[in-house]
Amino acid sequence: MSVTAGPPGPIRVGLFVTCLVDLFRPSVGFAAVKLLEEAGCEVVVPVQTCCGQPAYNSGDRPDARALALNVMSAFSGVDYIVAPSGSCAGMIRHHYPELFADDPGLSARARAFAEKTHELISFLTDVMKYDHVTVSYPRRVTYHDSCSGLREMGVKDQPRELLKTVNGLELVEMKDADVCCGFGGTFAVKYGEISDAIVSEKAKNINAAGAPVLLAGDLGCLMNMAGKLSREGRMTEVRHVAEVLAGMTSEPPIGAPSRGA
Amino acid sequence: MSVQSTSPQFKQNAHHALHDMQLQKALGNVRQNFIERRAVAAANLPEFEALRDQACDLRDHVLAHIDLYLEAYEKKVLAAGGHVHFARTSEEACQIIVDLAKARGAKSVTKGKSMVSEEIGLNAALERNGMAAIETDLGEYIIQLRGEAPSHIIAPAVHLNQEDVEAEFRRVHTHLPADRNLEEPETLLAEARAILRSKFLASDIGVTGANFLVAETGTSIIVTNEGNGDLTQLLPKVHVVVASIEKLIPTLEDASAMLRVLARSATGQDMSVYTTLSTGPRRPDDVDGPEEYHVVLVDNGRSNMLGTQFQDMLRCIRCGACMNHCPVYHAVGGHAYGWVYPGPMGAVLTPSLIGVDKAGHLPNASTFCGRCESVCPVHIPLPKLMRHWREREFERHLAPASVRYGLGIWAYFAKRPRLYRLTSSLAMRLLALAGKSKGHFRWLPLAGGWTDYRDMPAPQGSTFQAQWKKQGGDR
Repeated sequence: MSVTAGPPGPIRVGLFVTCLVDLFRPSVGFAAVKLLEEAGCEVVVPVQTCCGQPAYNSGDRPDARALALNVMSAFSGVDYIVAPSGSCAGMIRHHYPELFADDPGLSARARAFAEKTHELISFLTDVMKYDHVTVSYPRRVTYHDSCSGLREMGVKDQPRELLKTVNGLELVEMKDADVCCGFGGTFAVKYGEISDAIVSEKAKNINAAGAPVLLAGDLGCLMNMAGKLSREGRMTEVRHVAEVLAGMTSEPPIGAPSRGA
Repeated sequence: MSVQSTSPQFKQNAHHALHDMQLQKALGNVRQNFIERRAVAAANLPEFEALRDQACDLRDHVLAHIDLYLEAYEKKVLAAGGHVHFARTSEEACQIIVDLAKARGAKSVTKGKSMVSEEIGLNAALERNGMAAIETDLGEYIIQLRGEAPSHIIAPAVHLNQEDVEAEFRRVHTHLPADRNLEEPETLLAEARAILRSKFLASDIGVTGANFLVAETGTSIIVTNEGNGDLTQLLPKVHVVVASIEKLIPTLEDASAMLRVLARSATGQDMSVYTTLSTGPRRPDDVDGPEEYHVVLVDNGRSNMLGTQFQDMLRCIRCGACMNHCPVYHAVGGHAYGWVYPGPMGAVLTPSLIGVDKAGHLPNASTFCGRCESVCPVHIPLPKLMRHWREREFERHLAPASVRYGLGIWAYFAKRPRLYRLTSSLAMRLLALAGKSKGHFRWLPLAGGWTDYRDMPAPQGSTFQAQWKKQGGDR
C-alpha cells in the first residue's frame, strides 16, 4: 500500500521506540526523531510497550498476538511505523502477518500494517531518499550487521553509505561483520555460556579491527557486545549508529560511566 | 532400537564442549573452510539461486505426492530385479537387514556413509547378532574406531584434528611399524585405504545410504568423495540400500538439478568426486555388481510429519550447510546436540523423531540469526520451524518454570502501556542511579545468565517515553 498518493502534507511517522531504547538508551530515540525530522517527516510517539517478539520467540502466541494488536491500534493513524532496530521492525514486518494469518478479520490489517513498517536507517535512505548527513565524527569506527536487520530487513549498505558522509569518520570493516553476536534475545540468558562463546568470538574480531568505536543498529546486540567488551576491560566505545548519524554523541557510550559521576 | 539420546543434557554437553580445547581447535576449520567454499561456489554459478528455488519446488512436489512416488519407485525396483522392504520403525529396519544377513550366513558387513543407518542404530544391531559392521568412509572409520557417533552429517569426524586421528591409528593399527609417518592427511588416508581394502574383499554384504531415490527408474544415487561407496556396493554379493522415505525424486533429470545444489551447498564442489547410480542387481551382461539388490525404506516418524507444520523439514537433502553456518554449532560442535542430527536441521528434525520432551533444548538453543535459512538449498524456514517447537513446548508447559513466570510477569506489564510507562520509568531511574558511577553492572539480581559472562550496561535514566511526555511530545 502506498501512502505517497495520499493528501499532501508531511509524511507522518510513528516512532516505534523499542523496549530497549525506551528503557536503557533514550538518546537513541531522540537521535531517531532528529534524523526523521531532518529527512522531512513529522514524528509522533504513540504510547507503546513492546512489539511482542520475546513472547513470540518463546512460543507464547497468545501474548504475542495481544501485544501485536496493541501496537497496531496505537499506530493506526500514521503513514509509516519506523523503529531504530531491525529486529523489532522485522517482527512487525514479517511476523505480524504470520501471527494473524489464520484470522480472516485481522490478516489483511496485519499485512497492511507490516508493509508500512521499516527499520530506521533503511527507511531514511530507501523511502525518504535521505542520502547524506551534515555532522562530524572524526573517529575510526567499525560496524556490526545485526542479524534481523541484515537478513529480514535487507540492511547492509544503507548505514555504511550514510556513515561515509559523516565528516572525518573512517569506517574499518571487521572480519565476519555479518555473523551473529550471540545475543538472540532470551537466548543470551537461557544459554548464557553458549552466548558468551559467540560474543567472545565477535569481541575478538572487533578488537582485531582496531577501531576505537563500534556501531550497530540494534540495541540488544549493542548491549551484548558492549557488556562483553567492558567485562574484558576494553575501552571500545559502543554506540547505536543513529547517534553518530544524528550528531548526538554527547551522552557517554553504552556501558560507560556518566560524566562527572 | 534408535540410538540413545543425550539431548536432555544439552546444556551440560555444551559446557563440556566449550571447555574441550581439542574440539574447539577442530571447530575452527568448520568456521572457515565450509563457508568460504560454499560462497565461492554459489557466486560462480549465475543460476544458483534459481536452482535453489527449483530444488525447493521439486521437493515440495514429491512430498505432496509421496504415496504415488513410493509406489512408482517400488515398481521400478522390482522390475529391475531388486527387492523393496518397508520399515515403519528403527527396530523393523534393523530386523530386516539382520534377517537378510543371517539368511545368507554373513559374517562381515561393509558400510558406506549413511546417516539413516546411524539413526536406526544398524551397527549395534548387526554386532548384537554376531556380525562385524565396518565403516568404509574415512571419517566414519575413524569415529568407529573411537566408539563415537558422527558430529556432522557430511563430515562425521570434523570434531577431530589430524593428531587425534594419528593417535587413534597408532593405538589400533599395531601391526604396522611404529616409526611410520602419519603427520600428513595423505599418509593417514593411505593407511586407512590399505586396511579397508581387505575388508572390502572379505565383505558379505554392502550397505549404503542414498542421497536420492529416482522414481522414474528405481535408481538409488549416492555421492562420495572417496569412492568407498562404489567398493561397498559393487564387491559383495548383496547390496542393501537403506534410505528414509522422503529421499524420492521424480526423474533422472531432476537428479541433475538436485546434485548441482547439493555439492555446492555442502562442500562448495561443483560435483562430488563420485556420483554413483545403482539400479537393481547385476544383469547378465554386466561386468560386475551384486547378485542381490535390496532397498529398505525407513519411515521412523517421518510420515507423521506430513501435513503438519513440520513438513517443510522433509525437503532436507542433508547438505550440512545449515550447521556449517550456525554460530551455535560453531561454538559447541555436533555431539552436544545429543542425537544423530546436529545443528539447525537437527534442532527441527530431532524433536520430530524422538519427541520434544527429550529434545526440547535443541530448538531453543538458537539465536534465530537466520543464517541457516539463508544458505539452505531448499529454503527450509529453520528458525520458523524451531519457533513452532517452542510453541508446542509452551502449550504443553514444558519450558522451565523460571522462563514461564518471567515471561508472564513481563507480559502483564507489556499489555498495559500506561502502567508500563509509569513503572518502567521509575525502575529505570533507580537502576540508572545505582549504575551511574560505572555505567554498567557486574552483577544484577536474577540476571546471572547475563552477568556471569558480561557486564550489563546501565540505563541512562528516565525512559524515552517519560522524557517525551515531559517535553510535551505526547499526542
